[in-house]
Amino acid sequence: MRIWLEKQRHLIDFTLASLARRKTKNIGLLLAYTLLVFVLASLTLFTQALRTEATFVLAGSPEVILQRMVAGRHDLIPPGYLDKIGRIRGVQKTEGRLWGYYYDPVVKANYTFMARPAEEIADGHIMVGNALARERGLALHNTISFRSYAGKLFSFEVSGVLSPDSELLSADLVLLSENDFRKFFEYPAGHYTDIALSVANPQEVRTVAAKLSSALPDSRPILREEVLRTYQSVFDWREGIVLTVLAGAILAFAILAWEKASGLSAEEKREIGILKAIGWETGDVIRMKTWEGLLISLTAFLLGFIAAYVHVFHFGAAVFEPVLKGWSVLYPKFTLVPAVDGLQIATLFFFTVFPYTAAVLVPIWRAAITDPDAVMR
Amino acid sequence: MIELSSIKKAFNQGQPNEYWALHGIDLTVEAGKVTAFRGPSGSGKTTLLTIVGCLSRPTHGRVRFKGEDISGLPERFLTDIRRQSFGFVFQQFNLIKGLSALENVILPAFPTGRPRAELVAAAGELFDQLKLGHRSAAKVEWLSGGEQQRVAIARALINNPEVIIADEPTANLDTALSREFMAILEGFTAAGKTVLLTSHDPLVVESSAVHRVVGMRDGRLVDG
Amino acid sequence: MLFQPAIIALLMAAGVAVLMLLAAAPFAVQVIRHWDIASGSERQLALERRTYLFSTLLSFVMLVQLAALLLFVFNADRLSVMFVGAMCAVGTLNVNDYGFPSLIAQMAIFFLAAMWLAINHVDTQARDYPLVRIKYGLLLLLLPLLAGSFWLEFQYFSGLKANVITSCCGSLFSGEAKTIAAEASGLEPLPAIWLFYGAMIAAIGVALWHWRRGGRTSGYLLALASAGAFIAAITGVLSFISLYIYEHPHHHCPFCILKPEYDYLGYWLYVPLFVATAAGLGAGAVQPFAGVPSLAKIIPFISRRFSGLTVAGYILFTALATGFVLTSNLILIEH
Repeated sequence: MRIWLEKQRHLIDFTLASLARRKTKNIGLLLAYTLLVFVLASLTLFTQALRTEATFVLAGSPEVILQRMVAGRHDLIPPGYLDKIGRIRGVQKTEGRLWGYYYDPVVKANYTFMARPAEEIADGHIMVGNALARERGLALHNTISFRSYAGKLFSFEVSGVLSPDSELLSADLVLLSENDFRKFFEYPAGHYTDIALSVANPQEVRTVAAKLSSALPDSRPILREEVLRTYQSVFDWREGIVLTVLAGAILAFAILAWEKASGLSAEEKREIGILKAIGWETGDVIRMKTWEGLLISLTAFLLGFIAAYVHVFHFGAAVFEPVLKGWSVLYPKFTLVPAVDGLQIATLFFFTVFPYTAAVLVPIWRAAITDPDAVMR
Repeated sequence: MIELSSIKKAFNQGQPNEYWALHGIDLTVEAGKVTAFRGPSGSGKTTLLTIVGCLSRPTHGRVRFKGEDISGLPERFLTDIRRQSFGFVFQQFNLIKGLSALENVILPAFPTGRPRAELVAAAGELFDQLKLGHRSAAKVEWLSGGEQQRVAIARALINNPEVIIADEPTANLDTALSREFMAILEGFTAAGKTVLLTSHDPLVVESSAVHRVVGMRDGRLVDG
Repeated sequence: MLFQPAIIALLMAAGVAVLMLLAAAPFAVQVIRHWDIASGSERQLALERRTYLFSTLLSFVMLVQLAALLLFVFNADRLSVMFVGAMCAVGTLNVNDYGFPSLIAQMAIFFLAAMWLAINHVDTQARDYPLVRIKYGLLLLLLPLLAGSFWLEFQYFSGLKANVITSCCGSLFSGEAKTIAAEASGLEPLPAIWLFYGAMIAAIGVALWHWRRGGRTSGYLLALASAGAFIAAITGVLSFISLYIYEHPHHHCPFCILKPEYDYLGYWLYVPLFVATAAGLGAGAVQPFAGVPSLAKIIPFISRRFSGLTVAGYILFTALATGFVLTSNLILIEH
């Protein structure tokens, strides 16, 4: 065992020296390799971050949301629906929700207005999200006016700014009292946007949903787990599609690796011949070359991954944003929360190191079987 | 020590350009002596050295090394024998450029897994013997021809082999350096090593350091 | 559900492995037909050099198989959110009939590749390479198995449709379903503990015996005991070890212990288990050739080393498992 370790150390020493001697040849391959890792890692990190965001967003939402459908379109919940639902076993709380979007021409952004019960917010007061407060320069007890869709001007006093750690959820959120909400949007009395139901036991969610569908045939129950699943599969699917599109790039890289590994210079061939003549075995040369491949792979992987991390989490994945974002739940601008998981890295490894290794295997072997007596001819 | 019987060696076997380099060589090499192969280029002396030195296998015939038949051994085991028992000094020296003299010398010992510190110490001793101590950290391409050859000799000795094989060792050296090499050669004999070399340099084959001269022509032995 | 990154990666890896072996198959046939160790011809030399390619290739396949096994389980775990009722990898693997067979096939390939490499290793120590023909014959047998595993994996993934109702670990291992996994976990803790420690002690004992003597009978027995110990170990993990780790009397999942929530304890268990089993099976795989004159000394020497690895691996595994059980807050068996 000691001998084996010592031998591997020698081989690594030699490999490092030989890589250093052939900088120009290896730098091209390393660049291509790093670029490939960078592109693929950016892709996976970005989709993973989106997935995490989605899960995060949904974690606080109710288990079931009931919408009313009219002609296949989402419509307001008319009065009396809450009573019709009545008591369903397993449902802890039923709550009519009021929310809507408001376009603010000043900052050219959409806000989400949401009504809260009177005990949380008094009439004439609002609580705003951190991003919104920043954009409009709002502080506690400031007054702000919004022109409603009907053209009337409403003034509110800011009674709170939502904490920054929930920025993602609350960035564009405006909380106001139910009375203010109805007045501001001229929302018909007794109507709600949708109904939220909390179900404690996850096993019962489906049963509750089935009961709701039969009690109110014109409604659509949306389950949180279904939304989550849909997000996951949409993101996976998109990532998969982009990966498939990038398969060409992976293949091109594998061909480059193959070519670089088989196109040994006369100098390198001579070197391997010398090594074999002075007592290196074919297996030793294969091992040395394997170390070389491993070192190149790890360097490229590390460099590419770090670059991708910076790209995604500090520059908002500028390259991939147009392809992968565009999902309505995502707010126009926010920093992604860094999220890295083992599965992603393992998958990435399979998409980069595996093709490289498979491509250089045969060329390595070919180089290693050089005749030991070649140097004497 | 080394016995060859009816050794034949073909290249490009079964192809139109098939070529027989050796046509049946019978020879016994004694331990502890210096044997020189003399002959014009193309006479097969280098090919014979590659077979003796376990660098290649004969197409026909038997090679016995210390009584053991090694002619049919797979390369893996030939390499083991070569690494343990043979040291090579090549005509072109065949040092690896870009590495220091020291790194070049310890290369043959890498597959043995001896610790680096031990190897560096052994190489240091060899450098001292060959008066190269001051050049050990220098890259080999900066060394003079004579220094390069001494590095090559040190490399041949690092695994402490019983047999030294030298292919045209003086072909790239001037007279003074060639004399120096012959002196080193005598040191080998004194240390009990067997030496096999090829040369057509009279300075070598007529030297008193050489105990036996074997003549070769067209892949056959002729009288020295 | 093929457009899923990890699935693409797994299928690619398995497909490339099959293709590489397939491309190498004609050369294996050449080796079998033309091998003549006594010849000094150039063709023999070329064949000899080709053997290096095959051992490198097979080592690569084995490594990839091991990595793929992990990715397969990880991925199954991650996908469990896609399936109603699936709470972890077990549920995902149960979505269709190909999940568990595919997992088992992949483990089988790992162990078979390990056995081939063991045979290869002893063969390359003997100066006349006595097992070359047998080795390459076995390699050709491995090819359809690899292809079969690829097919199973493909069937499994292409049959995955999100939202299919599946049983989760809880209901799968309730002991009512008549699947192998269910039967294993359906064992009461007490007999499972007996079986587990019995098999482990037997395997360690046989391995120690083989380690001291290196005989042929003990070699075969070691392979048998290792296979038994592997099954007993998995049964043990299902029946009681995992319960103690999760500190939950009904959570029988063998995969969740790999997750960060449980401090990756699973790796500490599975790595020694797989290494020890592979070594034990390898020691058995070389025994049929112990009679070959040039291997007479080599095989006992190497298979004793393998059995040393088996002893160390199983002792570590058993000690860790026992440690996890003893430090757990769960009480399964009343004293």
